Amino acid sequence: MPTLTVDGRSVEVPEGATILDAARELDIEVPTLCHHPMLKPYGACRVCIVEMEWQGRTRMVASCNYPARDGAAVSTRSPRVMTDRRMIVEFLLGRSSKVKVLRDLADDLGIDVSRFGDKEDECILCGLCVRTCEEIVGVEAISFAERGTERLVTTPYDEASETCIGCGACVSVCPTGVLKLEDIAGRKVIHRELSLGPNKPIRVPFLQAVPNVPFIDETTCIHFQTGNCKHCEVVCPKDAIDHQMEDEYEEIEAGAVLLATGHQVIDCSEMLRYGYGRYNNVITGLEFEKLSHATSPTGGRILCANGQPPESVAILHCIGSRDENYCDYCSRVCCMYSLKFAHLIREKTGATVYELYIDMRAAGKGYEEFYKRTLHEDVVFIRGKASEVTDWPESLEEEGKLVVKCEDTLLGVVRRLPVDMVILSPALQARADAAKVAQVFGIGLSRDGFFLEQHPKLGPVQTASDGIFLAGTCQGPKDIPDSVAQGAAAAAHMLSLVDRGSVTIEPITSVVEETTCGGCRLCISVCPFDAVTFDEDKKASVVDEAVCKGCGTCVAVCPSGAARQRFFEDREIVAEIDGLLAVRI
Amino acid sequence: MSAQFEPRIIAFLCRWCSYTGADLAGTSRLKYPPNVLPIRVMCSGRVDPTFVVSAFRKGADGVLICGCHPGDCHYNEGNYNMMRRFPLIRKLLAQFGIEPKRVRLEWVSASDGDRYAKVVTEFTEQIRQMGPLAWDQVLSAPPTREPVESGVTAS
Repeated sequence: MPTLTVDGRSVEVPEGATILDAARELDIEVPTLCHHPMLKPYGACRVCIVEMEWQGRTRMVASCNYPARDGAAVSTRSPRVMTDRRMIVEFLLGRSSKVKVLRDLADDLGIDVSRFGDKEDECILCGLCVRTCEEIVGVEAISFAERGTERLVTTPYDEASETCIGCGACVSVCPTGVLKLEDIAGRKVIHRELSLGPNKPIRVPFLQAVPNVPFIDETTCIHFQTGNCKHCEVVCPKDAIDHQMEDEYEEIEAGAVLLATGHQVIDCSEMLRYGYGRYNNVITGLEFEKLSHATSPTGGRILCANGQPPESVAILHCIGSRDENYCDYCSRVCCMYSLKFAHLIREKTGATVYELYIDMRAAGKGYEEFYKRTLHEDVVFIRGKASEVTDWPESLEEEGKLVVKCEDTLLGVVRRLPVDMVILSPALQARADAAKVAQVFGIGLSRDGFFLEQHPKLGPVQTASDGIFLAGTCQGPKDIPDSVAQGAAAAAHMLSLVDRGSVTIEPITSVVEETTCGGCRLCISVCPFDAVTFDEDKKASVVDEAVCKGCGTCVAVCPSGAARQRFFEDREIVAEIDGLLAVRI
Repeated sequence: MSAQFEPRIIAFLCRWCSYTGADLAGTSRLKYPPNVLPIRVMCSGRVDPTFVVSAFRKGADGVLICGCHPGDCHYNEGNYNMMRRFPLIRKLLAQFGIEPKRVRLEWVSASDGDRYAKVVTEFTEQIRQMGPLAWDQVLSAPPTREPVESGVTAS
């Protein structure tokens, strides 16, 4: 364990530590540019230079890669160090005069302008990106090319690299911001400050997640693509991260199941005419919600993609809803959140807000009042659905703006609205896998693809399968109060089932006569509730009367007449036919 | 009064949609012919082809089967089973020499009172045009080889 002094203070550091480690141990600030705790020392920038006296010799060394020697006396701010450091920074500044980290460092050292030029190269050649790619990611997709003043960071032959996995590690480590994710991944970043999609491979799923712990997304995690990295494991002080962990399937026995699988919103990029995905300032309601949220990347300020607040915003209702080409139904929530957006934009930016609606549907407690309030906040309401969003100007005032084309049906004219930002209110849809989930739980789907309730009015939380309940938008579009009410109702239903400990079933069920059953299993194939099983010992089908709902389909298909339906026996129905036909009309 | 032929039609109505729909037709005071004699079954999927045959054998002139609209079945897929079975019933009847059009499958929901009345009126008229089912001729006639329409509609 070497012991040394830094700026006159003594410190003991572990074997293999550098002088920089020793200085940091003492909270002594040594400026660095190319140093990163996750990477091996590189000594490219030399700004961490210090003066070291050891065994009677004094020398200037780069502290980030020079080992801490026992008995050394280090000085980090001696006149000689400061002179040399100023010179080094001045050299660097001559190459990249506009880079913020370098400019800040120069200001700290009292350098105004460099005597060695004022080139504006954005890259300071610290090599962090190159080393991250090599050491952490382990793919070596980027590297230095050329020499001397021509040196630059690039991919082999300056072409798109095949080994790049698009992880973005180089971007996040770059101190100058010269590397951008768009450059390496060719991905379109919808809104510069905004990403609702997956960002970091290890993250908390959403803000109020319960339990509030991060998870690792295997599809984007560097470790799962290259086998390297695992740096989250290194830095975690609780050793909570285990990359070997695998998904587990658990079987839970339950007497009642509540389905609250929610909805998805329609993919707006399908509807080419609204320009979503093509124009940066066309965003969806959810993206705007994220943007205006206090924890957003913009701190809740409403900004266009260029970082400026919008002067005018158009909010387009019914994108995919009430549209025969997409979803016939009304998505119910869009009118109210669009009004809220209008209110927020008026309050935060004072921009002109256009609401383009088909019908304003403000049904609900306090909703109409909110609509009236928005009417008095100078929001421009236009009754008419937008037909197109374009960036082709037809006049001077449309230059550089997005133009929303629509028919104002109250004025009877076609209007062109030049705006800075367009917010789409996409339709709420049943989840793509709703049919699969419905099949698992033996429930139906209504025509629009949402889960089918037992009765639209009298059984809105129950389903055709006993013990399966619905809550929220998986049953149909609804707002938060309605979802909460439905969830509470479903919970009460389930509790009453659990509390009672037994279920009352209809007496109308099917039975299979063991002696006449031929074992063809046709009944099993048609039963929608999996109530019929085959008893291998008896070589006959057996009906579970607790599960059987009594539709009688198995009875109709039974070729041997072994399946019977209680209260609807074949002979009973035939007797009914007899009785009815005995009467002459 | 002229002695107009009054057909007798046996109708199998599913308990959830069509029977309630027929009820609605009644409570809405819609007029429809009294020739239809309804039998309540739990599901259109319960209708055994033998019921159809035995209805004809016992003197019915037509058989109407009503179930929930596709996708609306209380038992999820009972009506689909009926839908698949129906062309077979028609083929079977054709082999017996009974006009396949004497049996009809319709989707009537609980709110389709007017539709039920319309279906019943139409079907009664159609059977009236076809005349009574003459069993003597049916049994002596050679089996038909003509293709049989499936008679299943999508909605």
